[in-house]
Amino acid sequence: MTDKAEGSLLYLDDVSVSFDGFRAINRLSLVLEPGEMRAIIGPNGAGKTTMMDIITGKTRPDTGDVLFDGSVDLTRLDEAAIANLGIGRKFQKPTVFESHSVEDNIALALKSRRGAFAALFHRRSAAEQERIDGLLSTIRLADKRHLLAARLSHGQKQWLEIGMLLAQEPRLLLVDEPAAGMTDAETAETAILLKEIAKTQSVVVVEHDMTFVRALGVKVTVLHEGSVLAEGSLDAVSANPRVIEVYLGR
Amino acid sequence: MITSFLINSLDRRGRFVVGLLVLLALLVPAGNLLVPEANAFHVSTYQLTLCGKYLTYALLALSVDLVWGYCGILSLGHGAFFALGGYAMGMYLMRQIGARGVYADPVLPDFMVFLNWKELPWFWHGFDMAWYAFLMVMLVPGVLAFLFGWLSFRSRVTGVYLSIITQALTYALLLAFFRNDMGFGGNNGLTDFKDILGFPIQAPGTRAALFAASALMLALGFVVASAVVRSKLGKVLVAIRDAESRTRFIGYRVEHYKLFVWTLSAVMAGIAGALYVPQVGIINPSEFDPAASIEAVIWVAVGGRGTLIGPLIGAVAVNFGKTWFTGVLPEVWLYALGALFVVVTLFLPRGLVGLWDRAVTGRAKPVKDVDGSERQAGEAA
Ligand SMILES: Nc1ncnc2c1ncn2[C@@H]1O[C@H](COP(=O)(O)OP(=O)(O)O)[C@@H](O)[C@H]1O
Ligand SMILES: [Mg+2]
Repeated sequence: MTDKAEGSLLYLDDVSVSFDGFRAINRLSLVLEPGEMRAIIGPNGAGKTTMMDIITGKTRPDTGDVLFDGSVDLTRLDEAAIANLGIGRKFQKPTVFESHSVEDNIALALKSRRGAFAALFHRRSAAEQERIDGLLSTIRLADKRHLLAARLSHGQKQWLEIGMLLAQEPRLLLVDEPAAGMTDAETAETAILLKEIAKTQSVVVVEHDMTFVRALGVKVTVLHEGSVLAEGSLDAVSANPRVIEVYLGR
Repeated sequence: MITSFLINSLDRRGRFVVGLLVLLALLVPAGNLLVPEANAFHVSTYQLTLCGKYLTYALLALSVDLVWGYCGILSLGHGAFFALGGYAMGMYLMRQIGARGVYADPVLPDFMVFLNWKELPWFWHGFDMAWYAFLMVMLVPGVLAFLFGWLSFRSRVTGVYLSIITQALTYALLLAFFRNDMGFGGNNGLTDFKDILGFPIQAPGTRAALFAASALMLALGFVVASAVVRSKLGKVLVAIRDAESRTRFIGYRVEHYKLFVWTLSAVMAGIAGALYVPQVGIINPSEFDPAASIEAVIWVAVGGRGTLIGPLIGAVAVNFGKTWFTGVLPEVWLYALGALFVVVTLFLPRGLVGLWDRAVTGRAKPVKDVDGSERQAGEAA
């Protein structure tokens, strides 16, 4: 079965997980090609966040294969190991390090040796500083670099978290509801930013906001009760009678 | 590399604290030994020893703050590491007594003769050598903390659960050390010390030297703590405190970082205990009392958690209060301490240091945070 995974960046096959008998993920299969950007939609409780928990090592699946790069078994690794493989994650609720400055948030996320002793004696190099400056301007927080992250607005925190994600230089970004709580203008800008990111990295975006998904213009996977309900272009899945039933029948 | 790493780690406030401690290490012993008693600047031996004791408490508080204030690990059992360091020192001091004990046994401490023991238990060997004993002062708490931390951090025990097992740890040790057959003097502990490094332990010169050693060791502890919290590792610790799982998803092995700071902190607490014992002249199981560990947490809360100066101020202020209260109104002390803790928790989340910072920044530059130069006290101190 691993042959099928060949050439894929992320490969989920027949994955299930239950919480106290409740099947949050039910025989889910999904394949992501290198360089691909994918949008995942689905009603609340469909299992979108749980899927990301499985990929990033937070939740162990009961059954099924989760492979990165066609061969690396993610179910055997912990969060830190998976992150260091090159999988970055943005949480649904923005989580940044509130008592660190914006700049330090980026600096901590910056790709580097992660060992405790390496960190103890670490001195920030000019190259690192340059990279931090670049990221800060990408996420438009350069003028807020010394501000404590706790003082940022909700939308700015979302952006900071995306910046931290980029700082890790991941090969795959998992982005959970990036537009939640954003103004329309911020949402539009976020879509532009993600499309920019998708030029160099693979991205999986979970989002409720249909205008946002439309703006991305990528292949869509519809999740429902822990499995894939439909897959295709946004127009195709919107026309799918089962999808309409799930969304309207709520 | 290490020295420049340590020296560069101090900010202005830190240099002030270290300078002050070095000054105290010189002036207070001078005030005791050189200034005549009639003079207003004379420091009595009682005052000197009392202050020396406070300094060892301050080092304990600093070690608690390192894990609690900076990494969010609320230890309610740090008294155990303090007491273990104290026992290691106590064992050395017992062996220094030699044949001058009541039973005049050249090797066995009095309590062992009393228990009819014929030879020294294996774990008492080596404690006649100062270097070995001083190594054990750090190694015993360090290794215990490492094992304890390795087990609990790896299984991701956090929050209240971790606090509870730290209490259990110190309580278990309390019960164990009460037992006579453990070989640590049981209920009475270790006492009646005579010499330290060959100097009579009660002599004014020795007491002054112990005070100076406590002040300098606190200064060193402060410099090390400062270097740690201002390094990138220190920033990772704060990140873990703020958002542990985020830190994992960025790729940091949280348990390794916790283990590092936890072990370092236990070693600091052990050193504090070792300096405490020769000054108070006794170590007994009551140092393992869970209440003692909780008190240390209160010192940190009062002074200002997550700042480096806070625990020093808190430990000295609260213990000064304790000394005063127990002299004047002994029954009231515990209530006063409880009330203090409640007031600080409710109204002063950053303790006395936070209060001071707010008073200073509030008056001088009210819009400081816009240009970002306002940092949390945790980073400033
Ligand atoms: N750790 C957990 N324990 C119990 N139930 C959970 C857990 N995580 C998720 N669930 C349940 O699994 C289902 C899917 O949740 P989630 O993945 O968060 O959905 P979505 O992100 O698509 O809104 C929900 O019914 C949720 O209550
Ligand atoms: Mg979700």
